[in-house]
Amino acid sequence: MFLQRFNLRQTAPFIALLVLILIGSLVHPNFLTYSNLIQNVAARTAFIAIIAVGATFVMASGGLDLSVGSMSAFTAGAMILFLKSHEASGGALLIAQGMGLAVVVGLFCGLMNGLVVTWGRIEPFIATLGSMVILRSLFTWLANGGSLSISPELKDVYAPVYTGSFLGLPIPIIVVLLVGTVAALILYKTAFGRHVLAVGSNEEVARYSGISILRVKLLTYVIQGLCVAIAVILYVPRLGSANSATGLYWELQAITAVVVGGTLLKGGRGNVWGTLAGALFLETIGNILTLSNVNVYLIGAVQGAIIIIAMLIQRGLNRREI
Amino acid sequence: MKRRHFGYAAVAMVAAAVSSKAQAEDKPLVIGVSIPAADHGWTGGVVYHANRIAKAIEANYKGTKVIVKTSPSGAEQASALEDLVTQGITALVVLPHNSDELTGPIKKVKEKGIFITVVDRALSDPKINDFYVAGNNPELGRVAGDYMKGKLGKADIVIIRGLPIVIDEERQKGFADAIKGSELKVLDSQFGNWSRDDAFKVMQDYLTKYPKIDAVWCQDDDMAVGVLEAIKQAKRSDVKLVVGGAGMKEMIKKVADGDAMMPINVLYPPAMVGTAMEMTAAGLVNKNPVRGKYILDATLVTKDNAKEFYFPDSPF
Repeated sequence: MFLQRFNLRQTAPFIALLVLILIGSLVHPNFLTYSNLIQNVAARTAFIAIIAVGATFVMASGGLDLSVGSMSAFTAGAMILFLKSHEASGGALLIAQGMGLAVVVGLFCGLMNGLVVTWGRIEPFIATLGSMVILRSLFTWLANGGSLSISPELKDVYAPVYTGSFLGLPIPIIVVLLVGTVAALILYKTAFGRHVLAVGSNEEVARYSGISILRVKLLTYVIQGLCVAIAVILYVPRLGSANSATGLYWELQAITAVVVGGTLLKGGRGNVWGTLAGALFLETIGNILTLSNVNVYLIGAVQGAIIIIAMLIQRGLNRREI
Repeated sequence: MKRRHFGYAAVAMVAAAVSSKAQAEDKPLVIGVSIPAADHGWTGGVVYHANRIAKAIEANYKGTKVIVKTSPSGAEQASALEDLVTQGITALVVLPHNSDELTGPIKKVKEKGIFITVVDRALSDPKINDFYVAGNNPELGRVAGDYMKGKLGKADIVIIRGLPIVIDEERQKGFADAIKGSELKVLDSQFGNWSRDDAFKVMQDYLTKYPKIDAVWCQDDDMAVGVLEAIKQAKRSDVKLVVGGAGMKEMIKKVADGDAMMPINVLYPPAMVGTAMEMTAAGLVNKNPVRGKYILDATLVTKDNAKEFYFPDSPF
């Protein structure tokens, strides 16, 4: 009986997603097609989903990272500038180097956030709000206020990373599943994962049991930075460019996906697969609303209402189990 | 003794008054330019053209100085205006962040006897500006609508709008008026927030929703980037025409190169700040009459005239 109820909590985000897909299939006949649901919606969820996996670690440990959207823009900007400056030698090797650079930039940004929060002992909300503004401004500076694009030739070489597929699955989805699997292994099967949850549920107790709080927290921000870099590696080939709208509000979408997925905002519980379901849930709402004939001015209201209703139902399920 | 001192003081004061009058007459023209910082593509273009024309004015009118100041927010722009007054400007060219916040501060500048040129965003009280230069949003919609009507005849089209603000509404209205009574059928109209990524999503969903779309009007070139990519990735061949707008250099280049899907563009050029600066300088130096309004039309850019509007060095 207990096991059954426990599963209910774990699976609630997936049930919500299934209900939404059911509604979608009633709204438009083309909703439930491979090209819409997999090639379009699931593939374009990839950026937020991967970033939200990183945010799952940060939030499960009781932290918060508001800078992920700006960090995405900055990382994408640095990567595109690098690719542009070496365009003459264009090719797969150059793109691999660009990916490597993105990872370095992402890790560095995450490390900085982590150090300010842990070593500097600044509240994560303020620390990452600061880096959010700094990184956005640095991007605008890199782009000279406009947009940054790679050449069409190089984009053609890079594009398959977003548009290609393997065994019938678009590559972005495969990457999301890989990231999810690795993240789930780390969070559920390693000592570090247990430490993240322990720090998030009660920092004092975790400290007395000998966990290095600073190290654990620092690492969650570094993981977040790495996840942003992976998302950027998938984002750049889609349009081959970045501008001031890149990454705008991604932090809010990622945090919402994490919470909808069953991770507690105050920390102590993390659900990696739930996060992925949450991200897909948010993107699917947008898709259904565009396919439906809801008044264009009211789309935001409907979107917000669906999220709140889904959370209320989940809360109801959780309460029953106690 | 006392009287003699008084005499010296009086002479000194007269001398000072005379010399300061002489200075006022020789005082070089200083034009202050206050614009938003480059926070998106279009304002990036504004900054580029303001600096370009500042150099040109200083070269053309000897002794004229141009100070360009960019501000990231309305509040900071208000402070920047005070700084410009302190620097002794004789004319101000300003593209305000927003009308509500900056009407008061600009009025204060005006009260110092400084010539005011307002660009693009009209003030809440239009009596403040001596000269007003702006693009034409309803016209941007009308020109696009007229072109699509003539080019397509009977067709199903979709629209991607910007954000729900006045600029967007004016463009939509101009477009709707132009195609009224024609055989163009608007299947759908949704917001893409002037963002490449959001326009990409909306276009993907349009392609799912409608089996046949003949043309897209997305009023803005940033959104056109996302639209073109979504069509390309969906491998759909029914969409024959995409009409953007504003004159982003990448899109102007497509027009110049004779791109089949994007044969035209409709201007809403950031270079209008340069028009305002040039005319302000011409008015004050050469005493040409430049008071009133100067509304640019929304020029239709085609393969033939695209070169005139192509600035490869501009960020936009």
